[in-house]
Amino acid sequence: MSPTLFDRVWREHVVEELADGVSLLYVDLHLVHEVTSPQAFAGLRREGRRVRRPERTLATVDHNVPTGDRSLPIADPVSALQVDSLDANTREFGIELFGLTSPRQGIVHVIGPELGATQPGMLIVCGDSHTSTHGAFGAFAIGIGTSEVEHVLATQCIVLSKPKNLETRITGCRAPGVTAKDLILALIGKIGTAGATGHVIEYTGDAIRALSMEERMTVCNMSIEAGARAGLIAPDEVTFAYLEGRPRAPQGKEWGRAQERWRTYRSDPGATYDATVTLDASRVGPQVTWGTTPGMVADITGRVPDPAQFPTASEREAATRALAYMGLEPGTPLEGIPIDRVFLGSCTNARIEDLRAAASVVRGRHVAARVRALVVPGSQRVKAQAEDEGLDRVFRDAGFEWRNAGCSMCLGMNDDVLGEGERCAATSNRNFEGRQGKGGRTHLMSPVMAAAAAIEGHLVDVRGW
Amino acid sequence: MVNPFVRHRGKVVALPRANIDTDQIIPKQFLKGIDRTGFGPNLFHDWRVNPDFELNHPTAEGATILVTGPNFGCGSSREHAVWALVQYGFRVIVAPSFADIFLANCYRNGLLPVRLTESDVDRLIRNAASGSYELVVDLEEQIVTHERGGFSSPFNADPYGRQLLLRGLDEIGRTLLEEERIVAYERSHL
Ligand code: SF4
Repeated sequence: MSPTLFDRVWREHVVEELADGVSLLYVDLHLVHEVTSPQAFAGLRREGRRVRRPERTLATVDHNVPTGDRSLPIADPVSALQVDSLDANTREFGIELFGLTSPRQGIVHVIGPELGATQPGMLIVCGDSHTSTHGAFGAFAIGIGTSEVEHVLATQCIVLSKPKNLETRITGCRAPGVTAKDLILALIGKIGTAGATGHVIEYTGDAIRALSMEERMTVCNMSIEAGARAGLIAPDEVTFAYLEGRPRAPQGKEWGRAQERWRTYRSDPGATYDATVTLDASRVGPQVTWGTTPGMVADITGRVPDPAQFPTASEREAATRALAYMGLEPGTPLEGIPIDRVFLGSCTNARIEDLRAAASVVRGRHVAARVRALVVPGSQRVKAQAEDEGLDRVFRDAGFEWRNAGCSMCLGMNDDVLGEGERCAATSNRNFEGRQGKGGRTHLMSPVMAAAAAIEGHLVDVRGW
Repeated sequence: MVNPFVRHRGKVVALPRANIDTDQIIPKQFLKGIDRTGFGPNLFHDWRVNPDFELNHPTAEGATILVTGPNFGCGSSREHAVWALVQYGFRVIVAPSFADIFLANCYRNGLLPVRLTESDVDRLIRNAASGSYELVVDLEEQIVTHERGGFSSPFNADPYGRQLLLRGLDEIGRTLLEEERIVAYERSHL
């Protein structure tokens, strides 16, 4: 049978077929952060085990680090405890750490690609569900729990049963103002937040080929919001151009050889998938979520839906709960819903292209009077590059706060949280109840849409700006 | 190493909602520890402040089987969600479907996820309303039953997850026994 991209990557990593339908797979790259690793290191220590391949392990602090002044100690003692623990653990087990004061620190899914550590055909794991981001390079990249983190640290292997393969073919030309974020939100709206459960998604089609590397990362990032284990895009010239010259990418003679090998990571023309869904990019408008799951999403020109219109009892119940939580009435036009906060950040949309796009909307304008807006670059490198390009000035002049890198208000583990009832236009990936702070109301959208909302003080269609 | 799960009998509490995510199961303000313990009291914290929340009902006291809606455990990969459920006292979660990473985490912590059809789950939710409804969940036989009859439904556990649960297996110890294979792989591939 003709293999798919995923079949190829999977097959290459099988160390052994085990009983009960699972395989032992070799992990090429293990990314570690402060929140899901302490218990794994403690487990190793308790059992007297070592890290099998420290050189294939990279650590950074991102989830709960403050994004304000880095010269001050971390005010929250429990956050400080996790950051200090990672420092001690990586020292003890010989793992490289991009710590709080490193110029390379950042969100784990931003720095992996940025370093060129993320490469086509790899099996990449991290104790974080958005590890799917790295699939944009044609890697099989999955989020794992802490017990599995400990397993990978000790064995450099992971035990998995092979997921099914869902092809998502996205074709057609995006309209101006429509971004990769809108494509993935529209897809999740179409197939649902459990639409790809048990599957990995391979994204194919000319609309995917037309995306930049950073846009592909945005798409793969939110595969998990569609329920998928991972998202993959076959590598091509765009991928190679992005990786060339990055510190961890192959150099010199190795580079040519690597490229040759990477070209084999693709699906055969006649490859068969377990299922295929399609999306016409030319029919997708800017998307915003109105509810408390990423699947509760609509075109900005739409209205808050009436729960009574949903087909099943459980959907009606979920929509009713969501609207109550979001403080929204059925039938309200989405455009015009007033917001209090704007968050430009997260592993979905805080890379340099995202900041450039948002800055182009903001330039020469000012954040609406009652809105507090925040830019949190995905990494310190992104931050430095943005500053070189003068983007920080554009944001600051417009009234945005300009921060250091981290997950920040994506999950509100540090001080950047929404207050009860506050409504936020966010470029992150989850709008669950309380995600950005207890009682906080999140509307997910693209960076340009969030930037426009900051200026207007309400949700607004960025097309035509 | 966790306690094996073979058969469990316990009281059922229902939480009839779809898409309960890991941020609800254990809100992130409680994730800052470095231990695996202490999460139980904060299970569903943001919902439990509401006195009408299902788990606050006196009849929910002592329940060990949670019956809930589809796509349970969606969201993050954080195992803290499973630790919180286990430490609160749950041994079984019954739902029409679960998120993938959550399932993997359950098997490694002695928590049994049971997939039943939506209509069976609806029946259990109605039955649980009595406040004293008990079920027997048998992983060996892969069947959920109410002892006095009235409900009986087989289920298909993930074969590997089932072995992890039945044996309370030390997965790392087992993989380390494959050292030769791993070394061979490294020789031929790296
Ligand atoms: S930015 Fe948000 S989604 Fe991404 S890794 Fe951090 S917390 Fe998770």
